[in-house]
Amino acid sequence: MNGEIIVNVCMGTGGIAAGAEMVMKAFQDEFAAAGLENATVQNRCKLHKVGCRGFCAKDVLVDISVDGEVSTYQFIQEDMVKRLVREHVVGGKPIREWMAGDDYHVFHDNQTKVILHDLGKINPESIDDYIGVEGYTAAKKALMTMTAEEVVNEVKNSGLRGRGGGGFPTGLKWSLCAANEADQRYVICNADEGDPGAFMDRSMVEGNPHAVIEGMIITAYAIGATRGYVYIRAEYPLAVQRLRIALDQARERGFLGEKLFGTSFEFDIKIKLGAGAFVCGEETALIASIEGERGMPRAKPPFPANKGLWGKPTIINNVETLANLPPIINKGAEWFASIGSEKSKGTKVIALTGKIRNTGLIEIPMGMPLKDIIFKIGGGIEGDKLFKAVQTGGPSGGCIPQQFIDLPVDYEGLKSVGSMMGSGGMVVLDETDCMVNIAKFFLTFTQEESCGKCVPCRIGTKRLLEILTRITEGKGKKGDIELLQELAEDVRDSSLCGLGMSAPNPVISTIKYFRHEYEAHINRKKCPAKVCNKLLTFFIRPDQCVGCGMCAKACSVKAISGDLKQPHRIDNALCIKCGSCYDVCKFNAVVKD
Amino acid sequence: MENQMEEVLEGIYQKTVAHGDNIITVLQEIQNAFGYVQEETVNWFSARTNIPASKFYGVITFYSQFHMTPRGKNIITVCSGTVCHVKGASRIISRIRDDLKLAEDKPTTKDMLFTLENVNCVGACSIAPVVVVNEKVFGKMNPEKISKTLKTYKE
Repeated sequence: MNGEIIVNVCMGTGGIAAGAEMVMKAFQDEFAAAGLENATVQNRCKLHKVGCRGFCAKDVLVDISVDGEVSTYQFIQEDMVKRLVREHVVGGKPIREWMAGDDYHVFHDNQTKVILHDLGKINPESIDDYIGVEGYTAAKKALMTMTAEEVVNEVKNSGLRGRGGGGFPTGLKWSLCAANEADQRYVICNADEGDPGAFMDRSMVEGNPHAVIEGMIITAYAIGATRGYVYIRAEYPLAVQRLRIALDQARERGFLGEKLFGTSFEFDIKIKLGAGAFVCGEETALIASIEGERGMPRAKPPFPANKGLWGKPTIINNVETLANLPPIINKGAEWFASIGSEKSKGTKVIALTGKIRNTGLIEIPMGMPLKDIIFKIGGGIEGDKLFKAVQTGGPSGGCIPQQFIDLPVDYEGLKSVGSMMGSGGMVVLDETDCMVNIAKFFLTFTQEESCGKCVPCRIGTKRLLEILTRITEGKGKKGDIELLQELAEDVRDSSLCGLGMSAPNPVISTIKYFRHEYEAHINRKKCPAKVCNKLLTFFIRPDQCVGCGMCAKACSVKAISGDLKQPHRIDNALCIKCGSCYDVCKFNAVVKD
Repeated sequence: MENQMEEVLEGIYQKTVAHGDNIITVLQEIQNAFGYVQEETVNWFSARTNIPASKFYGVITFYSQFHMTPRGKNIITVCSGTVCHVKGASRIISRIRDDLKLAEDKPTTKDMLFTLENVNCVGACSIAPVVVVNEKVFGKMNPEKISKTLKTYKE
């Protein structure tokens, strides 16, 4: 045993929340302790923090590699580290019962990792780690051996489309921008990941920030920009911190600043923190926000590629789009175009979440059938409940029901069933989720985030939400479904920007595929999934109740009575239907109907 | 206005406006320094920069990050993203309100110890439901766990 021992601890937001910092510290302590007894162990040991490898549900994940043989451990806590160091690192005997099982490998084996390839392997705070995996070779190749036009053409030929949601061909956007006469052009990285249920950009920036920077250098060179901005959410403190470190390191090495790679090209990047407005993901609103204004969109054209930041031609690319550029330049357009489906090339990073066993960050070739994502990579529905629908595209997308389970996941496929790719969030819903409630949830979101500039969006989303709210509260009227449909179409057709145009999608798609749930709420005043509390009645089954009194203690309106060790009762005249008793009962004695 | 405050504001001015930064950055710095954006700080900056105060208010009211009232010592942020929603974020919020005896429309406790806020999504969906207390992320929360967690901050 003369080789290296490498310990990688997953330190994304998910890992840290599960206690990765304590695990890291425990390893440091144990190494120091072991080193006192045996100096050689400490010298051969390397401890790394790595970015998210996608399977956050199994955090804290730890890789221990001895002589190149890697063992992956799951659910590691600080008190387990002592045994890991003693038995595996020092003793050379892996601890089988703590290792990640088959599901961990099935989760990874069905993916195609192009841009997530190095996440979880390299230290995001080390530029040398990135350089060690061919980092910055693509930027160097582009700047030193290719003309700007050749770079644009390479990206055009690759078929890469914007990963932020719209799916506009990246190369085409670039050539439109480069065609303008201008004394200044800008590159903006859109890391304002506002979709609830999405964390692709966060994980990418946290796990491999240099790849995003390299993508921006390539873009800047292709369109002739000397200034760049990363517009990133202030809600992602770890991502911002790692990006700052990466920018400083890149500047130190001469990858940013003047005379990049010894050429005459200059380019530098500034970070702009978003201040919490979903609409700023829209290109023109984002530009207004960088300029220090209220982030309100304006009518297009002119498009930012012609007239963008401070009136100059500007390219705004999403984090994932930018991260695709280094592999395209290094391996060529043909290689990239060989992955994916006919009109959607390459891979897509997806945040797979909700009522599914294996939640996490995944990367699939475009066109993979929905069922492979949910039942192979995702491992099926949590708790063996029935699959009901999958929500894609965040508040702009729709719900896709069981009948389309064979649907290929790419831009065209999702659009054909009334949803969209969006930035790649995928929330799996099971039989216990109410589709009217889901539509209401998204409308609450868009209504709050509507900037208020145009009438259809400002007032339309408010009216849509009011109708949905009354339906979920048992005050739905005959004709409400038709009213929702009509209003939804009006808002979609007449809003100024993408937020308003897509805001009705959750309503339209849930009515289309789950009309019977709306009808049950309106006509029978029942919520079939038993989610909408106001339509439910709570009662206690005397045969199941052991009289522990937990429910009575939890009830804030004292609607539950009963003697200790005797079955309790709920007074429905007092009950406010909050569901607290249902949550605390350990004997399934509280039922709702 | 106290001299000390003016000194801080001048420092922010030199750090931001003098370097060409815009008013969003200015307001972010003010909020970092004082915890919230007070009216007098806006008026000071308006006079110093010749930008109308109304422009500052326009920006403050547009972005959810900015607050014009003092916030508590501990900031509890409950994620209300899609996944947290379907996994019971609303029950966590009502437990927190119960525990802290917060009325429906009040974000901050009387003793100024806690402020309850929500965020659209912290992007940690695989460990939903998520609560963030002073930038520390707590995953897989439930009403019981949040009660226990908050107790540690009360001391």
